[in-house]
Amino acid sequence: MNQWAFVIAAYAVFLGGTGGLLAWSLLACRKAEDQAERIGRRP
Amino acid sequence: MHRFANPARFLKIAKPATTWLLAIGLVLSAIGVAGALFVMPPDYLQGQTARILHIHVPAAWLGMGGWTGLAIASAAQIVWRHPLAGVAARAIAPAGAVFAFLCLATGSIWGRPTWGTWWEWDGRLTSMLVLFFLYCGYMALAAAEKERGPDGRAAPVFGLVGAINIPIIHFSVQWWNTLHQAESIELTGTSIAPAMLWPLFFTLFGFSALFGAAVLLRMRAELAATKIEARLRRAAAA
Repeated sequence: MNQWAFVIAAYAVFLGGTGGLLAWSLLACRKAEDQAERIGRRP
Repeated sequence: MHRFANPARFLKIAKPATTWLLAIGLVLSAIGVAGALFVMPPDYLQGQTARILHIHVPAAWLGMGGWTGLAIASAAQIVWRHPLAGVAARAIAPAGAVFAFLCLATGSIWGRPTWGTWWEWDGRLTSMLVLFFLYCGYMALAAAEKERGPDGRAAPVFGLVGAINIPIIHFSVQWWNTLHQAESIELTGTSIAPAMLWPLFFTLFGFSALFGAAVLLRMRAELAATKIEARLRRAAAA
């Protein structure tokens, strides 16, 4: 059993999950704040 | 604490804090991951798979810490009706759920070569799975009652009641002596060799900072969405 295969799989899942959470949060924040600014600028 | 209950004041602090937490988190996590993968020696018994514990432990810590924060925010929402408490609890839930899931997934991947099984209905594993389901339940409940605003009581009560699972997870390895090992790090000391311990501190603090950044980003997104909704309502009424 190649132990490194398990290590790589675990790190891929963890880093992918953490990166996905950050990207999702960042995009949601940017989208909402941009939209709020656009609406705020309307006369 | 009440000083920061004002959304405008909170946003003034949250915007630079998000950037700082992201930067610090990325640097510390990168050092910790590099140390765990390339610098740390393999364990004499577990071999290379011991490297998985440097991400599994932070995931468990953040999954449990997340619900502790959610329960504190829920208490503040019920007792003081903090305008930001509900926003904070709702922002913590998806981040906590992701880390609870990652704890289960990395533990399962570690368990296969070490225990010879992907899953065991062990006290620690089962109570952690319950925590993941609690997060899912909280998110569903909070989404359903969000329309009611700060008067919604079901989600914060669920957040407080669910906190009973945190000591169950913590003490599960003492109460039920099954597969999962007992704590290796205690307040009084640790049984982990220094050469294997230092990357763990980097991953613990690094991913905690990234967790904090994700929570702040989600809080900012919800506050911005509330602002949009209020403006659209005002425009429709005019």
